[in-house]
Amino acid sequence: MFELTLAELAAGLRKGDFSSVELTRSYLERIKAEDGRYNSFITVTEEQALAAAAAADAALTAGTATAFTGLPIAHKDLFCTDGVRTSCGSKILDNFVSPYDATVVSRFKQAGAVMLGKTNMDEFAMGSSNENSYYGAAHNPWDLERVPGGSSGGSAAAVAARLTPAATGSDTGGSIRQPAALCGITGLKPTYGRVSRYGMIAYASSLDQGGPIARSAEDCALMLNVMAGFDPLDSTCLEREVPDYTATLDQPLAGLKIGLPKEYFSSALDDQIAQRVRDAVAEFEKLGATVKEVSLPNTELSIPAYYIIAPAEASSNLSRFDGVRYGYRCEDPKDLEDLYKRSRGEGFGAEVKRRIMVGTYALCAGYYDAYYRKAQQIRRLIQQDFIRVLNDVDVIMGPTTPHPAFRIGEKNNDPVSMYMEDIFTLSLNLAGLPGMSVPCGQVDGLPVGLQIIGSHFAEAKLLNIAHQFQQATDWHKQAPAGI
Amino acid sequence: MSLDRSDVERIAHLARLQIDEQDIPTYTENLSSILNLIDQMQQADTAGVEPLANPLDAVQRLRADVVTEPDQREKLQRVAPAVEEGLFLVPKVIE
Repeated sequence: MFELTLAELAAGLRKGDFSSVELTRSYLERIKAEDGRYNSFITVTEEQALAAAAAADAALTAGTATAFTGLPIAHKDLFCTDGVRTSCGSKILDNFVSPYDATVVSRFKQAGAVMLGKTNMDEFAMGSSNENSYYGAAHNPWDLERVPGGSSGGSAAAVAARLTPAATGSDTGGSIRQPAALCGITGLKPTYGRVSRYGMIAYASSLDQGGPIARSAEDCALMLNVMAGFDPLDSTCLEREVPDYTATLDQPLAGLKIGLPKEYFSSALDDQIAQRVRDAVAEFEKLGATVKEVSLPNTELSIPAYYIIAPAEASSNLSRFDGVRYGYRCEDPKDLEDLYKRSRGEGFGAEVKRRIMVGTYALCAGYYDAYYRKAQQIRRLIQQDFIRVLNDVDVIMGPTTPHPAFRIGEKNNDPVSMYMEDIFTLSLNLAGLPGMSVPCGQVDGLPVGLQIIGSHFAEAKLLNIAHQFQQATDWHKQAPAGI
Repeated sequence: MSLDRSDVERIAHLARLQIDEQDIPTYTENLSSILNLIDQMQQADTAGVEPLANPLDAVQRLRADVVTEPDQREKLQRVAPAVEEGLFLVPKVIE
């Protein structure tokens, strides 16, 4: 049962192979037995899950079920869940029981999904390793001493460990694609504005985007069908028709034009990862695709530009955590300033404080042109590079990460070396483009991710390409030893 | 770009963040190295480039000026650390 995909589980529910209550109970028991090793969940919502599963079974019997009815999922703990703690991986929200649902959460509820619980993450989605969580590091199921990636590390670890068939994530600079790559699963970051951000606790509002994490492209398509679409509660969510993402999965790839950016195969990239990516590209050639080298000359500038824009937006967004309206409040504040400073100082972890301070510095009077404006100009250059290349080829392919999963603690004391790991993922967020990570091989027993990048709103094309790859290969079916 | 101790103290104050005395040297070092990374931006020629604020160059959507939200004061204040008679409590600010 734990090897079945969402699509297979949906078929099993309809055939009566098992009920949603049986399926849910099996997953809850597995989480209880196994998650001590991975620390992938912050909260398990057993009672609500069984109630939702019972309702799903009733709908299946009554014939009112839809595609997602009765399927278990987990939500990254930055999606607000009515009546359930929503911690964002932070001490400052450890006591926060959300009074409302995020739009993504309510859409899954309406679709009949069963929420198993809330997954671990880097605090406020700031990190590439899940080590910045107030609830402790999550562990990579392929090697428990290594990170699962971040910030959606708990979602990726839980899916890879078969503790849930799928999970939601959010991606501000790679936080869906990088953990999907390091955990050997499939993840999609949609176009900016495709999925509502309402109730998804904000990190950097012009970059944040929610998306699916699952074990196949087909399952990501099923999830995106639920998640995508206009929401009047998010002012940047786009009024644009949502296709059926499962309808085009089977289209042949003959004639597909793939671009390989020469900057992505630089000395920063592990040689063996480069080889796995080239092997994957060769597979696409067998499927009828043509390949050419392209150039994204401003790739390296994405790191400094991102580490201005994201902290600047974060310093503004996180000012709402003040110890007054919700969340942690310090003991015995002597005055209002002391209340603010100690509630925030005691409630936020080190990386969050670093980013708030970088952002505060960059937005100081007199520095705006040198930092924020300059970064936004570079952002334009990066987007122009992509648009130029995507006028010439259908999709861009390359590695998701420069290295496989690193050891827990290895980069923890050196924020800049951690930031360099995001080199291939940040630029898509800056440009607002969709991207996927798909398993395409292993290096020393650790998974490698192939990144597929498309034009704005090309999610259906990316899912089609990834699905065809997964029909021709079985990397996405590989499970960590002992699972 | 290198920061000193007083820069870090000033930034922490602006951000209303209490930083433990013993942690200031580490923050000073980390923030300086992050700002050095960021300074790589200055090499880029961006003369005449229009800044990109929204990746789709979208503008804020407007809605009709009518009341759409119900009063949920009680529900929303249930998660507040200190509330009295529908008001959020903070330490005294007016002598």
